[in-house]
Order: sequence, then structure tokens, then C-alpha cells
Amino acid sequence: MKKRVLGWLADTALVLYFVFALFPIAWMVILSLKPADQLFSTYFSFSPTLDGYRTVLGDSEGIPFVRFFVNSLVVSVGAVVLSLVVGLPAAYASARWRFKGSENLMFTLLSFRFAPELTVIIPLFVLYQKLGLFDTYVGMVWVLQLVTLPLIVWIMRSYFADLTPELEQAALLDGYTRKQAFFKVALPLVKPGIAAVSLLAFIFAWNNFVFPLILTSNEAQTVTVGALSFLGGDRPKYNLTAAAALVSVVPPLLLALTIQRYLVRGLSFGAVKS
Amino acid sequence: MGWRLTLRPYVLIVPALLLTCGILYPFGLGLYYTLFDFSASKPQPDMVRFENYTTVFTQEAFWNSAWVTVLYAVGAALVETVLGVAVALLLHRSSLLGRVLEKILILPLMIAPVIAAIIWKLMLQPSVGVVNYLLRPFGLGGVQWTDTPTGALLSSIAVDVWVYTPFVAILALAGLRSLPTSPFEAAAVDGAGWWYTFRRLTLPMLWPYVLVAVIFRFMDSLKVFDIIYALTEGGPGDSTVVLQIRAYLEAIRFQRYSFGISYTIVLWAVVYLAAMVLVKHLGKIQRRAAEVT
Repeated sequence: MKKRVLGWLADTALVLYFVFALFPIAWMVILSLKPADQLFSTYFSFSPTLDGYRTVLGDSEGIPFVRFFVNSLVVSVGAVVLSLVVGLPAAYASARWRFKGSENLMFTLLSFRFAPELTVIIPLFVLYQKLGLFDTYVGMVWVLQLVTLPLIVWIMRSYFADLTPELEQAALLDGYTRKQAFFKVALPLVKPGIAAVSLLAFIFAWNNFVFPLILTSNEAQTVTVGALSFLGGDRPKYNLTAAAALVSVVPPLLLALTIQRYLVRGLSFGAVKS
Repeated sequence: MGWRLTLRPYVLIVPALLLTCGILYPFGLGLYYTLFDFSASKPQPDMVRFENYTTVFTQEAFWNSAWVTVLYAVGAALVETVLGVAVALLLHRSSLLGRVLEKILILPLMIAPVIAAIIWKLMLQPSVGVVNYLLRPFGLGGVQWTDTPTGALLSSIAVDVWVYTPFVAILALAGLRSLPTSPFEAAAVDGAGWWYTFRRLTLPMLWPYVLVAVIFRFMDSLKVFDIIYALTEGGPGDSTVVLQIRAYLEAIRFQRYSFGISYTIVLWAVVYLAAMVLVKHLGKIQRRAAEVT
């Protein structure tokens, strides 16, 4: 009896937390579907309309939201691809061989994860204007390496370290070259890890706000900065802000649900494996 | 053959090394700038040595920002840890309800913090926000959430808690699932109560996992920017001007580059020191946890 009551209490507490966690998302959906004249008059009963989305995606508020969305896509994919090309060999090397400088590089990369972003961005703001990289894709992809490179190198190193070297040694004995052993044996085995960490890196790049806020102004601006600009003006339009917020969280949310199994290692930089 | 073998790892890390230097360069450049009085109104700066730093440390605004930052970081990390571990323990009971809810635990964490702040800003608006509407039946319809100094700080922490509690919960849950079962079976045979088992077995063995989460959360909230920028912009007054917001205002809004960077360098040093202390502590805890099992 006592156990059942405790069980009920535990379930209630859990439900309460999830109400707190999910209500804001649900409320955004409601707000984004409200017609402009029912924004504040009624809270839960209203006649739903897609006008908010039409306005946001039709660029009719002077905010080119669709272009911001494409920009987010381009710079996030670009940042992840560059990090993979550069990071995978480094992760493999530092997992397979102990050599001078490897740990230094790894810890420098880790320290990027914890460095205050503005320490790098303010000098970059000055530098980019001299180099003509301000408000460009190239400039954004470069600075996003601060987010994606440490993540990809650290996590892929932990995946490569989990592979027993004997597999590659067997391949070498079979006459494979070192290169073939990497591409045909090691790489296919960590493929799920690569996919998961790429998606996670994409999400973090997508969600970044402070880089585009300071290093772009219009051409290369992304959705996170774009969504905030709907709050500006004398009378912030709540339904449009909500619609813009929702559109910009859809890609990360969908991707996150597909990589649940890999999240623990990814979120903890490989420190915790599940 | 021999020299190729020893060179190979270096060849593989060269691209990453170059990219790392590409990021370290602006950092070094920033450090260099702090020795000058570089600003938009003074593009040909003079060397001022450490004057920027002495100004920072003698400014009341700095100590206010440092205090707000510490309050924010300790408050957010503390609430997230307690709540996150509690949620993990509740989910670990693995009822049907728990298994369903676990699938969506991740959602707030994957929303960009700035978007989360926008969402909460709309909800917390005093006259038309939905939170005050829901509180009205309880006689609390007029709370000025982000318009009072204490309210603004607490609201910012609440948004941080909303976004990042799942982070702690996910890591703690992974920890709970990897604990060995035999000590718990032995305790059950000995007739140990729930509280005793929790304090003497679960908590010490779980702590290394939780501590990883706490370190991440504490260090990240020391450099909070997005949430406060969107929710309060540092206001009202100076009540939520954390260090990164102060640096932003100085460097970008007032265009005093050198001075603004000095703020970020000081913050960087603080974060670095905090990391050293916490990671050392983590090592100690991990060894102790290994002894329990």
C-alpha cells in the first residue's frame, strides 16, 4: 500500500517536471497559430490560422527569414564538413599513436569548448572587417570550427580508441596498406559514431547565436539572430515571433530525436559512455 | 620506412593543427590588443601596457558583473543538478510512463538557448504573458518577472534551468544504468532502507557522472550570453549584466575594443582556473567511487 502511494507520488512529480519542460513548446505552437487580433484577448480558445507562418516565410515583415534559414543550413553543414575532413585524421592519429604534441593539441581543442566565445570573436570582428570576411559564409564556417572541431575530434577519438588495433593489424597482414586499413576497416566500424557526432555538431552550429550576432549583419545572418529581430519594433508581433522561433527549432529537434542513443557520449565529450 | 612511420601521426594532425592555429591567432591578437587603447574612435592606438586591466579591476561595474555572474552560475548549476538527478532517479524506476517520457526528455536541450529565451520572454510578459494569466486564479496575476532586478536574475536562471536540466538528467541516467547491481542486491538482503541505500551506495557511485555534468554546466553558465541577451539585455539597470554581456556592451556597442577584450580575458582566466580545480576534484571523486564498488 505504502509502496503504491509512493509510486503515484513519483509519477506525479515526473509529470509535473514534464509539464514544465513541454508547456513552453506547446504554448509556442498555440501562439504561432493565433490570428493577430486574438493574440491577447483569448488564451486557449481561438480560431487557428497559418497566417503567422505565411508572413514569416513570405518575408513580408522586411525580415528575409527564408534566406536566414538557408544561411543556417549552409554554414552549419559547411562547418561540420570542414571539421570532419580535418578532424577525423587527427582523431585517428591521437587514438592510435602516442606522440609528442598530440595531447597538447587535444587539450587546446578542449579548452576551446570552455573558452568564453567573445575572447575570440571581438578580435575576429576587427580582423574580419580588414580581411573582408565580415558577413560571409567563409567567415562563419571558420569561426564555427570553435564549436564543431573540438566536439568531432574528441568524440571520434573516443570511438577510435574503443576499436581494438588488432583488426587493422590483421588487415595489414592480409596485405592492406595502412591507408586501406583506415578506410576499409576502421572507418566503416565507427560510421554510426561519425553520423551521430556530425548531427550533434550540426545542431550546435545551428543553435549558435553569438557568432552570427557579431560577425554577420545581413547577407550571412542565421535564423537564431533572425528570430530575435521579430521581437524588435514598438509592438512586437507575438504570433510571428512564435512562428519564427518554431521554424528555427524544427531541424535541431528532428535530428536530436534520431540520435538519442549516441547523445550521452556526445554531450559529455566522450567522458561518459553508455 | 622508419622515418615515415614516425612522421605519419604528425602528417595526420597537420590540418587540425593549422585550423587550431587559425582560432588561436585571433585569441593571441586579442591578448595583444588589450595592451593598447584601441577603439573605433582611436584606430591608431597607443600602447597603454596594463592600464586596461587596472581599469577593469578598479571599476565598480566589473565587480557587479562578477558578482552577478557567480550568482547566475552557482544558482543555475545547483538547481539543474538537484532537479536533473531527481528526474533521472524518477525515470530510472522505469515505469511505462517513464519510458515514454524519456524519449522526449531531450527536447528543451536541443532548442537554441536564444530561442528558449525568446519563448520565455513571450510567456513572462507581465500584462499579456500566459504565465501571469495562469497564475491569476491564485491571486498572482501581476508579477513583474523581468522588470525587477531580482526577478530578472531569477527568470534568467529559470530559462537556463529549463534548457539544461535534461543535460544533467541524461548524464545521471546513463550513470544510474551503468552502476553494478551486486552491491544493491547485497544491501537489499541486509534489509537496508531506501534512504540508506541511496546515501551510501547510489550517490557515491553516481557522483562521478553527476560531477561531469556539473562541471560542464558550471563552466558554461560562467560564460552565459545568449539567454540574458535575449531575455533582459542585462537589465533592468545593471542587475543581469554578466561578464560576457559587459564585454559585448563595451566592445561592440561602445566600440572600445581593447577594453572589452580585457573583460573577456579576465573571464577566460577565471573559467580556466575553475576548470583546473574542478577537473582535479573529478579525478579524486572517480578514484573514491572506484573504491566503493
